[in-house]
Amino acid sequence: MHITTDPWVWVAFFFTLSVYTFLWKDNFLYKIAEHVTVGVGMGFAIALWWQQTVIGQFWIPLKTDFAHNFHLIVPAIMGLMMVTRVIPRFAWMSRYALAFTIGAGAGLGLPRVIQASILQQLSATLLPINFTAHGLGYNLIIFIGVLSGLIYFFFSKEHKGVIGGIANIGIWFLMVGFGATFGYTVMARLSLFIGRVLFILKDVLGMQLS
Amino acid sequence: MFWKKQLPLIIVFVMGVVMAVQYFVPHQASEWVYNTYLKWGITIGIFGAVLGYFSFFRVHVVKIVKKAPGWGYSVITIVCTIIMLLAAALDGMGTGSYYMKIYLYTSAAINATVFSLLAFYISSAAYRAFRARSTQAVALLLAAIIVMLGRVPIGNYVSFWTAFHLPSINAISQWILNVPNMAAKRAIALGVGLGSLLMTLKLILGIERTYLGSE
Repeated sequence: MHITTDPWVWVAFFFTLSVYTFLWKDNFLYKIAEHVTVGVGMGFAIALWWQQTVIGQFWIPLKTDFAHNFHLIVPAIMGLMMVTRVIPRFAWMSRYALAFTIGAGAGLGLPRVIQASILQQLSATLLPINFTAHGLGYNLIIFIGVLSGLIYFFFSKEHKGVIGGIANIGIWFLMVGFGATFGYTVMARLSLFIGRVLFILKDVLGMQLS
Repeated sequence: MFWKKQLPLIIVFVMGVVMAVQYFVPHQASEWVYNTYLKWGITIGIFGAVLGYFSFFRVHVVKIVKKAPGWGYSVITIVCTIIMLLAAALDGMGTGSYYMKIYLYTSAAINATVFSLLAFYISSAAYRAFRARSTQAVALLLAAIIVMLGRVPIGNYVSFWTAFHLPSINAISQWILNVPNMAAKRAIALGVGLGSLLMTLKLILGIERTYLGSE
């Protein structure tokens, strides 16, 4: 065992333990860690935004090749309009920038949603159903699961009779799906916990683990 | 009225139609529209971010000035932000810089620990969720247990029935993830897709107007 002398590792160790004190109860050590991560995260984001977006995507293109990039002045003016949100009297001006972004975003999203969320999902669901292990064990069950799940989410018709029966099958699929997701999440969180324990054992205490 | 309400709605409609049509037109002009929009979107985003940062500082500074409960924590937050900005300005942002070190040994470590903390709380949530009060809850319980066992080596060791040519826990876990779980996720994805499609159309046609604000 060789305990580390690296002050950075001790800083990380302090904050790791501070966060785990929450298991006892909400306390000032946990709150300090919480606010440190918000502050550091914000500083990290602002510096990154300044260097990569403001300088890299706006200032340098304007400075080096103004003739080809002068059109960036238009969104810059729209962006300034967005900032008018903080002055109630002129807040309505921010609507132009918002309208531009929302309109373009909706237009861009429209064909892509149809393509990715509807057509591709449907084509992946409607696979050949034949008397093979894959055809019955995979394709048929997926088809039944998707159809019954969709019917469960269809609230325009009362879930009675045949519709109710199919919706009930949908609930079963959803429950199994939620259970699988829950199990998967538990394992992911445990894996993170093991990572923090390994950090304490290896990086802080210097234990040699195989 | 026109400048405050109608013009924004016209902009949304025109931009929505232009960007939707652009997707189906394989022409240089169409590509130019798309690339220009991306650049314009980033530039507008720069000022949108200013709004966010302003709001962040305002919340904390007001709390400090008014000495509201927990104002000391706001001081910590602001000081940490300033330290990060100074580190980036004085020492750069490359690998091994103070900027990266502070981030990795504080924020990244804290975030990983907070997420790992959920391992403890998820256990108590599991107790509440897994109480087999109905047959459907049993399905949830069984799926979760099988998936959890299938993620660890012990899953294979306890699958004694493989001697009878039956699938192991790992194989069953993989089947649950690939088939019933996939079907449930796909039904949800299709529902979300249809919902997004309708919302997009409502925005373009000016039926959905909440983004305009109250006035």
